[in-house]
Amino acid sequence: MARAPVEQPILLTGGRVIDPSRGFDQVADVLLQDHRVAAVGPGLGVPDGALVWNAAGRIVAPGLIDVHVHLREPGNEDEETVATGARAAAAGGFTAICAMPNTDPVTDNQAAVGFVVRQSVRAGFARVHPIGAISLGQRGERLAEFGEMVGAGAVAVSDDGRPVVSSHLMRTALEYARTFDIPVADHCEDPALAAGGVMHEGLVATRHGLKGIPAAAEEIMVARDCLLAELTGGHVHLCHLSSRGSVEILRRAKERGARVTAEVTPHHLTLTDHACDGFETNAKMNPPLREAADVAALRAALKEGVIDCIASDHAPHAYDEKETAFDEAPFGVVGLETAFGVAYAELVRGGDMSLPELLSRMSTVPAQTFHLPGGTLRPGAPADVVVLDVTAPWTVEATAFLSKSRNTPFGGRVLTGRAVLTVVNGGVVYELDAGR
Amino acid sequence: MTATPTLDKDLLGLEYLTAEQINLILDTAEPFKEVSERTIKKVPALRGKTIVNLFFEASTRTRISFEFAEKRLSADTVNVASTGSSVQKGETLVDTARNLEAMRIDMVVMRHSASGAAQFLGKRIRSNVINAGDGQHEHPTQGLLDLLTLRDKHGTIAGLKVCLVGDILHSRVARSNIWGLLKLGAEVAVCGPHTLMPRGIEELGVKTFRRIEDAIAWADALNVLRLQLERMERGFIPSLREYYRVFGVTAERLEHAAKPITIMHPGPMNRGVEIDSRVADGPHSVILDQVTNGVAVRMAVLYLLAGGRPELADAAKRGPAD
Amino acid sequence: MTLTDRTTILDARAMMRALQRLAVEVLEQAEAGDVVLVGIQRRGVELAERLGKLIEKDEGVTVPRGALDITLYRDDLETVGPRPVVGETRLPGDLTGKHVVIVDDVLYTGRTVRAALDELADFGRPKRISLCVLIDRGGRELPIQADIVGKVVKTVPGDRIDVMVEELDGKDQVDLVRGAGA
Repeated sequence: MARAPVEQPILLTGGRVIDPSRGFDQVADVLLQDHRVAAVGPGLGVPDGALVWNAAGRIVAPGLIDVHVHLREPGNEDEETVATGARAAAAGGFTAICAMPNTDPVTDNQAAVGFVVRQSVRAGFARVHPIGAISLGQRGERLAEFGEMVGAGAVAVSDDGRPVVSSHLMRTALEYARTFDIPVADHCEDPALAAGGVMHEGLVATRHGLKGIPAAAEEIMVARDCLLAELTGGHVHLCHLSSRGSVEILRRAKERGARVTAEVTPHHLTLTDHACDGFETNAKMNPPLREAADVAALRAALKEGVIDCIASDHAPHAYDEKETAFDEAPFGVVGLETAFGVAYAELVRGGDMSLPELLSRMSTVPAQTFHLPGGTLRPGAPADVVVLDVTAPWTVEATAFLSKSRNTPFGGRVLTGRAVLTVVNGGVVYELDAGR
Repeated sequence: MTATPTLDKDLLGLEYLTAEQINLILDTAEPFKEVSERTIKKVPALRGKTIVNLFFEASTRTRISFEFAEKRLSADTVNVASTGSSVQKGETLVDTARNLEAMRIDMVVMRHSASGAAQFLGKRIRSNVINAGDGQHEHPTQGLLDLLTLRDKHGTIAGLKVCLVGDILHSRVARSNIWGLLKLGAEVAVCGPHTLMPRGIEELGVKTFRRIEDAIAWADALNVLRLQLERMERGFIPSLREYYRVFGVTAERLEHAAKPITIMHPGPMNRGVEIDSRVADGPHSVILDQVTNGVAVRMAVLYLLAGGRPELADAAKRGPAD
Repeated sequence: MTLTDRTTILDARAMMRALQRLAVEVLEQAEAGDVVLVGIQRRGVELAERLGKLIEKDEGVTVPRGALDITLYRDDLETVGPRPVVGETRLPGDLTGKHVVIVDDVLYTGRTVRAALDELADFGRPKRISLCVLIDRGGRELPIQADIVGKVVKTVPGDRIDVMVEELDGKDQVDLVRGAGA
């Protein structure tokens, strides 16, 4: 559904304004005008014709940014499209998302990148920044045209869905990406070690008679990528880390000054392999859910900043694909509409971090890491803002998702924290209970 | 007097049964052994029941054993074999469930290559589902017949030292055995190459032996698992010959044992790979008893699961008006 | 809860006299050499054992005894919820050409005996089958008759006959419990 952003100014009054980019945290008003943040402060005047929105008791923050999302367009539009994904993102409080290129055909050229951008503009919900493929067809052989793709709007390159197996290709990609100052995002998995595995290699897998993916399969590639980042001076971004071993390798690499950044998903911060008990396919994803010690290490690393940001790895699948034996179900869970709720309920209410820290990891830092506009309420910044409620509990109902897909491990879970208003480029793209 | 335990709708695995339920099945199997000794090996207990043997993986022995069990209980049986290659397995499973439900089958005996397939089916149809082997997960009737065989031979399972030998990692028989033996109070060990040992096995309370000689010195009984050729082809072990030399249960190794050791094998045997012919055919082998007990155990399971409709009993009791 | 009313209809002595009379009647109806006593689980088995011993004392001949569990032949398995426990069936050799005397404690609807007849048919073809029961309480639902009866007791569907034997219950006694439910 194409919607033109509203041109009128918007005044968000009386909310607790948290801007992690400037360490700002106090009750204030926020004025959005001409697609920009015009002013932030207490007692702002109301311009003519402005929409006044009472944010008292709520949190006003820079729009959340999710740097790892799978929109299935082109190729699997039954699972998700750019439009439905962008709309689901807006409902989740995201004003921008980065779309991974493992579409069908693969987004590995400027025309394909441009297509995603145009679909995003037509949809008019959250901004969708395409990520281009590292290699043509994601086959791991020849580099795609980074320059052309960046010119068409790509903000990073990745072969996610698959690992970059060839260390030579990864090295070349890191070096070549330096010209365009974009991150190279890698899905860290040693395919020979992981082959055939469907969940974490551990006692739960043993009890269920399912083949496991050992943590070492991820750690080996994490180590390799850190070393290549050091060798090349390029920026590698490690996708969806899942193991405490990976955290340790990453920490030491950062201490040595390597240009490595990393993300972690809400489900890896919350669930362990026990979520797969009873062959639950909605808990099957790659990398898999691991053990309590891994969850603890990931949370600590996120708090410290060793892991830079949260990203959902939103991976929609048609319901009947997941309705099968565990071995045969595809990997992946959706996450855009539950990410903030899970992160807030588990990390902030759980006492692992403060709300400003969480917002930094879900907005400011993702923007900085991928050089995106947004993540800040500095006057002059794009008017990408989210108003969040962090008091009322709500229950996750997959059937109510705006995403086309329902494969969530959090069905029925009671969360706290959700977007009540999402503004992109100065226009309202989502409002809770307004049916928009 | 304690109430007789009952079983759930489906038999999916021994992990989900209590010791009381397992003992109920074993105790019920005893009278069924007698039925198989009669001239007329048939009782009318399941007359009128329809049972489908749904085997997605080829299996002659288990399927025949179930068929005998079903026929000796006078049930009507239908065999459905599905060659996996021509069929998209995911689709088949859900559609299969729906079709069986629509045909009002009473019971389904299923073997499938995916772990959890029996549970998947059991959740979706009202018929009783009996797991005849799902991927690497469980083979509960095999576990039960192994328990019955050990109980017959040794009198009790509690305190018995049983070692499983071979490819534990890929073995559903091993998993079912481990659950059943632990629940009935046996001491359980496993022995085999580390490449074929599953993660976390010690956390279940199972000992591990690096060498078969140590396992033999310890055990009262060995359950020798079949080693599949493809384990060598997939690089888990260098060769079958080496496996035999290092882990083979041979007559020479057993000679050094302090006491006679009961020898079990789920079959079919790779003679000269995991086990010597002399051992398999020797005086302490109960391999053929396992087969006999298999039919009795399966009859017991079918009998116990085919619960009736007790609400009809009240009507029957009231009888004709005076 | 309905009021129940328990009366002892046979005490230990009366039961012993009844069994002695049953043993005599068995011998009158059969050649001692041909007879096989088959007790129906559970108490029929104990009674068959007693009869066998009494006959041995009188005639000096060992009468083969067997036990029959009719659970798997019941016609009401459909209406039973959890499955009843199956007891032991053991029969002394081939029954073909023998005179089988089925021994049970109580004859009521006749369905147990009918199940026993079905089961015996799977074990061979006896020359003759007779039925010997300690108590006949009436209430037949099938055309089945006992050839040898210890005592006839009139009952209504709400009543219950409790037969107790020394071996299983610690005493020999037969009680009629009115209003206890079948």
